[in-house]
Amino acid sequence: MIQQITILGGHGKDSTPEPVARIDLSMGQVISIVGPTGSGKTTFINDIELFANGDTPTGRRILIDGKTPPAQYREDPSLNPIALITQHTNFLSDLPVGEFLRTHAGIRTNDGGMVSSLMEKTLDFANQLTGEPVIASIRMTELSGGQTRALLIADATIICNTPIVLLDEVENAGIHRTRALELLRQYKKIFVFVTHDPRIALLSDARIVMQNGCVTQFIETDAAERLFAGAVTRIDDTLTKLRERIRMGGRMTMEDVREHAAFTAMEAKA
Amino acid sequence: MKLAICAGPATTGKTSVLRHLTRRLINNGLHPAFLKIDVQFADEDEVFAREFEIPARKIYSGELCPDHCSVLILGDALQWAQKADADVLLVETAGLCLRCAPYVDGGLGLMVMEATSGMNLPRKVGPMLSLADIAVVTKIDLVSQAEREVFRARIIEAAPGVRVREVNALYGIGMDPLVDHILNTPDIPEQLVLRGNPPVGTCTICVGKKEIGWQSHFGVVRALNNQNFYRGE
Repeated sequence: MIQQITILGGHGKDSTPEPVARIDLSMGQVISIVGPTGSGKTTFINDIELFANGDTPTGRRILIDGKTPPAQYREDPSLNPIALITQHTNFLSDLPVGEFLRTHAGIRTNDGGMVSSLMEKTLDFANQLTGEPVIASIRMTELSGGQTRALLIADATIICNTPIVLLDEVENAGIHRTRALELLRQYKKIFVFVTHDPRIALLSDARIVMQNGCVTQFIETDAAERLFAGAVTRIDDTLTKLRERIRMGGRMTMEDVREHAAFTAMEAKA
Repeated sequence: MKLAICAGPATTGKTSVLRHLTRRLINNGLHPAFLKIDVQFADEDEVFAREFEIPARKIYSGELCPDHCSVLILGDALQWAQKADADVLLVETAGLCLRCAPYVDGGLGLMVMEATSGMNLPRKVGPMLSLADIAVVTKIDLVSQAEREVFRARIIEAAPGVRVREVNALYGIGMDPLVDHILNTPDIPEQLVLRGNPPVGTCTICVGKKEIGWQSHFGVVRALNNQNFYRGE
């Protein structure tokens, strides 16, 4: 079982060496990657997924348990310890969902008897993440953005069931973020989230800050931030409610934020 | 002289893959030559000559199928490469009907296909894939990891003996193992033989189209006041 993954720094877009030269991530950790658009967040997780060995444009190197990953990781998908959920919100494959999941489960598991139950569990997981039902007979290309992301997250968690999961901007699609985080936390893995969402960042053990293609800081979430996470969650919940109301064609009034205002007043007194 | 023949449908990234390989082969001390076989237009020879300053040329197959053209001219091409002091000849050929495979025994056969093509492509292309040594999957950055893995499984199912290499030809990611394959390919034997049998060739008259006049037929045809010429897609 994999215990640790190490990222050895490369160089930025202007060939300057990466300020943070080494990052070690341990089993069970949840890490966020933050930074402006174009700062190299997606490239960072792509480097991990490709087991970069100085052969990608960034020059980074990835070690698994302190060693260069064996070639079999790339040769045999059933041995690949990494699942990557990209920002793609549409599939190119025109297979029905069920057939696709069956095929993928057949590749990822050594136990052929498990294929059907893996497929059902994956669909069930996906349906907890999205409001629009995902059923086995729909063609992949017909899925909406939210359904696609839900299915990809479910596929990575249940079928790939890898020790390392990389998620690129989970907040971008129409899925229940909170539910996703709760469900994912039940699995002991290394989770790496590319995110712009303060809520996800504060729920992480640490965050990697990127700028101009380089990792510039590694910030561990401290006690004060953990305390503050509660307040961020409430702001976020309030906004989520407003978003839901607008989606359903409702009007918005002060009433919608009253509960939140009351909390804030209470906290100010305390 | 080593030989690597690269086939695959149009716009899948054959040229990009070969450009990365050429640069790396040169860095390994080899002297590649490049030949492009296409039907009616190609400028890759100029690109390779300009970018790498290596012997490069093209041939248009015209009224012939490019894979048949390759059979006819490959011997000449190897002599040309030899005279130009090359030690590896890279041949890029346009695949058309996908029923033939241009690979020869003793040379390396690379088939390039893109991860973005449908999941059924590996089942459709036949000998071009099944007779290759390596299936090179390009554009991997455009699909989800899950789809990539299923695409790979479909290739292995259609062609169990073929090795699959996933690459990003934009940035040259995943190219090094391909270079190793070329470096490990032995020099070509004296007598070169096509690896697979081409499908039976017929003309439209052979298959029973009896209408009079070349206007009713396809393939290589001729009119009274004309040379042989090609009608078709």
